[in-house]
Amino acid sequence: MNNLDYGWLGKLNWDSLVFSGFLERPSVSEAVASVAGSIVILATVGILFLLTWFKVWGTLWRDWLTSTDHKRIGIMYIAFAIVMLVRGLLEGMVMRAQQAAAPEGFLYADHFAQLFSTHGTIMVFFVAVPFLVGLINFAMPLQIGARDVAFPVLNQISLAVTVSSGILLMVSLVVGQFSTGGWSAYPPYTGADFSPGVGPDYWIWAIVFSGAGTTLTGINFTVTVYKCRGPGMHLFRMPLFCWTVLCASILMIFAMPPLSVAALMLGLDRYLDFHFFTNDLGGNMMNYANLFWLFGHPEVYLLVLPAYGIFSEVFSTYSAKTLYGYKSLVIATMCIAILSFTVWLHHFFTMGQSPTINIAFGIATMLIAVPTGVKVYDWMATMYRGRIRFTTPMVYAIGFLILFVIGGLSGVILANPTVDFQVHNTLFLVAHFHNVLIPGVLFGILAGYNYWFPKAFGFRLNDKWGKRSAYLWFAGFMVTFFPLYGAGLLGMPRRSFSYADLTFKPYMIVAFIGAMIVLAALISLVIQFIVSIRDRKKTQVPVGDPWDGRSLEWNSPAPVPAYNFVEIPKVTDRDAFTEAKEHGEAYKRPKVYRDIELPKNNPLGFILCVVSGILMFALVWYIWWLALISALTILVAVIAATFRKETEYIIPASQLEKDTEAWLALVEKSEAVSRDLEDSPRNVGLAKLEI
Amino acid sequence: MNPVSSPKSPGSINPHEAIHRDPDMVIFGFWVFMMSDLIFFGVVFAIYITMVGATAGGPGPKELFDFGSLFAQTMLLLTSSLTAGIATVIVKHERSRAAFLFWVVITLLLGMGFLALELYDFAGMAEKGGVPQRSGYLSAFFGLVPLHGLHVTFGCLWMIVLIVQVFTMGLGDVVKLRFLRLALFWHFLDLIWIGIFSVVYFGGWVYG
Ligand code: HEM
Ligand SMILES: [Cu+2]
Repeated sequence: MNNLDYGWLGKLNWDSLVFSGFLERPSVSEAVASVAGSIVILATVGILFLLTWFKVWGTLWRDWLTSTDHKRIGIMYIAFAIVMLVRGLLEGMVMRAQQAAAPEGFLYADHFAQLFSTHGTIMVFFVAVPFLVGLINFAMPLQIGARDVAFPVLNQISLAVTVSSGILLMVSLVVGQFSTGGWSAYPPYTGADFSPGVGPDYWIWAIVFSGAGTTLTGINFTVTVYKCRGPGMHLFRMPLFCWTVLCASILMIFAMPPLSVAALMLGLDRYLDFHFFTNDLGGNMMNYANLFWLFGHPEVYLLVLPAYGIFSEVFSTYSAKTLYGYKSLVIATMCIAILSFTVWLHHFFTMGQSPTINIAFGIATMLIAVPTGVKVYDWMATMYRGRIRFTTPMVYAIGFLILFVIGGLSGVILANPTVDFQVHNTLFLVAHFHNVLIPGVLFGILAGYNYWFPKAFGFRLNDKWGKRSAYLWFAGFMVTFFPLYGAGLLGMPRRSFSYADLTFKPYMIVAFIGAMIVLAALISLVIQFIVSIRDRKKTQVPVGDPWDGRSLEWNSPAPVPAYNFVEIPKVTDRDAFTEAKEHGEAYKRPKVYRDIELPKNNPLGFILCVVSGILMFALVWYIWWLALISALTILVAVIAATFRKETEYIIPASQLEKDTEAWLALVEKSEAVSRDLEDSPRNVGLAKLEI
Repeated sequence: MNPVSSPKSPGSINPHEAIHRDPDMVIFGFWVFMMSDLIFFGVVFAIYITMVGATAGGPGPKELFDFGSLFAQTMLLLTSSLTAGIATVIVKHERSRAAFLFWVVITLLLGMGFLALELYDFAGMAEKGGVPQRSGYLSAFFGLVPLHGLHVTFGCLWMIVLIVQVFTMGLGDVVKLRFLRLALFWHFLDLIWIGIFSVVYFGGWVYG
């Protein structure tokens, strides 16, 4: 137990700082690391400075950091995910540059290994998950006619631990090293014998804490969908997005525990010298592989199902048609959710189990293509004879439809164990999963971002730059990843920082060019954001329904007030808002104004964010006293929070009346615009009724 | 969120306190949480089962377990579930606060007795060389059984907090609802213990 014998600062010392590496043995690889570390430090200092300069701490504290409002929490999730996305993408670029420059290269093997480990970890856990959770948080309660999620403070806590884990990953750029064991962190390589440094510990704690946040989120969303639906909102009247959210939340509840267990056991092996997954004394690393993928496979559906939901909303809205085959879409969603638990073993076809087992899991894997196919046809049928508008979200959706099918097909190929033996651990696999993750998840996220942005902030995003970005994404994705199918078939292993066979080089150069196009897409995204803010006077949609929306979230002003709806609308059918507009029920004055009760602000989330961050850092660096203090602080903070008495505040009816009358007056004097004009300044968020 | 108005609760210090969330929803949420926790335990059980033989020459179940103590632990825990149940009935029928506190304190004491015996057992195992560092089997044992113990510890802490809250906040709806969740949790831990007893201890006795 020599693990306990560290001094006050644990394992921390001067050499832990990233800059010391550069000073001691200057090289391009170290320079890249130091620059990354400096960016983190400078960005932090810069942001703190700006916040102070513009004196926004007060607002930030009151309106955001302590807020329990699901919409604001959602927006904070998304802001966080975007920061992480930038980092993750840049890492992808650096890796592509390295492989394009190989065999000379410019990175150390270890540095490259850290890059693919952080990149994978970040993309899955800190971009895709929080972005989706953010969109769900924002939109789902509105769509089902709820005032908030079931447990607003829990929601805050989930955000808190997700963000602090993300910050921990940022800190790993400056102090110490991240894991080199990939996003799946397979032992025994990540065990103490092979990886004695702090890298895997960074991974473990980031995963454990953010994973706990995701589990709690799953519980929260499930209960919200079951228990908080407004009057008349039967399960089968919910927008499809809510169905996918329900299924994804159930996946969170069932799939996250195996990951937490795997990571914690790995932690026990590393910290306390247990033998769960070690080579010696009866450890069994196949247990890890099973646990990890028992989580890992459902995880990809946890990501893609809500994205399917977003696409469903987008197809239906911009085709101005109800979703075709609603029930079949619901059933397909449920089938996928269930099947996703039956296929985990396809991730280790080559690790020595019997052919019979491989075949069974191969077939189970291929079966998922069936409900997915149902969905694709339903989406196409939704567009059929619709009055399609090529808005940015719709462009993403159509790009998704085409590219995702290709990715899915390569998945069916991989589901065949005999083929998998050939291409296992080659770039073919890398091409496959990026082919589903980028069109499936990332495009879904970006479509949702463009779709709901006006609802959240009251003005539209610039459509031109949005489309430019979308097309660049398509091109960039294809140029980057299609060559990898070829390189993979030729046998180029994944995760190679260098290679001797120069046949691969042309592929890598093309892929690098693709990555540069992706960079252009990212830059366009940033430009879109800036341009949209600049033009926001001309693109305001205060009435709140810029796209002739069909579900309830469009039935309120934009930005949405804290209480969501003055009066929870009664639902009589699917496409509730379209229905209301048709029957003249939209924009109606409530008969009476009643006080609304809402959860008060709570500092708990912020406290937990800071303290859990300190706790993780202390654990990574073996600073035991600090870990103890912060763990106790967390305990005390949570217990103290249960002693709070007045947890709600009241928005008085008079206030509601004032707000609503102002909104209705605005509706009155606004011009209703037809769908064709939705991108013009005349669109103030009041859609003309065109059935 | 139908605010539920609080019925008169005897002995409540603050009778006006009302819960602001549908109790149904809160309890349902807790069930969902337990479902997730059940998966957590289930997975750890599965790992344990795969590692039963992996003793790497170290001591196995036959050498390590003290069945007398285990029987006592089981009795303590099962009885505590009963007393928690009695407290629930008291809450339901709105009997006196003192009676409620009495049964909660008994439950707490039984829970702590269980923990004490469990720790004593672990110490005994360690003396016979049964430490988690010794083998995969023992790692799996110490991954599973103390996980349950940790949950019990947490439950005890929860009870202490609730007892304090009965005094500071009164036995209002909020505290009652918290107690109902605690009781669910406590029964759930009983269930897990029965699993541990059957699989780990009884299984070890039969096959070890
Ligand atoms: C378009 C920009 C992207 C580029 C250029 C890129 C590039 C890369 C590269 C070069 C690797 C390492 C492959 C290898 O080790 O041989 C990788 C791995 C990976 N990427 Fe990406 N990627 C991108 C986007 C994404 C996105 C959007 C996701 C997920 C939502 C993602 C998830 C992953 C995962 C999970 C790994 C595996 C990491 C590991 O091997 O442990 N990537 N990516
Ligand atoms: Cu899989």
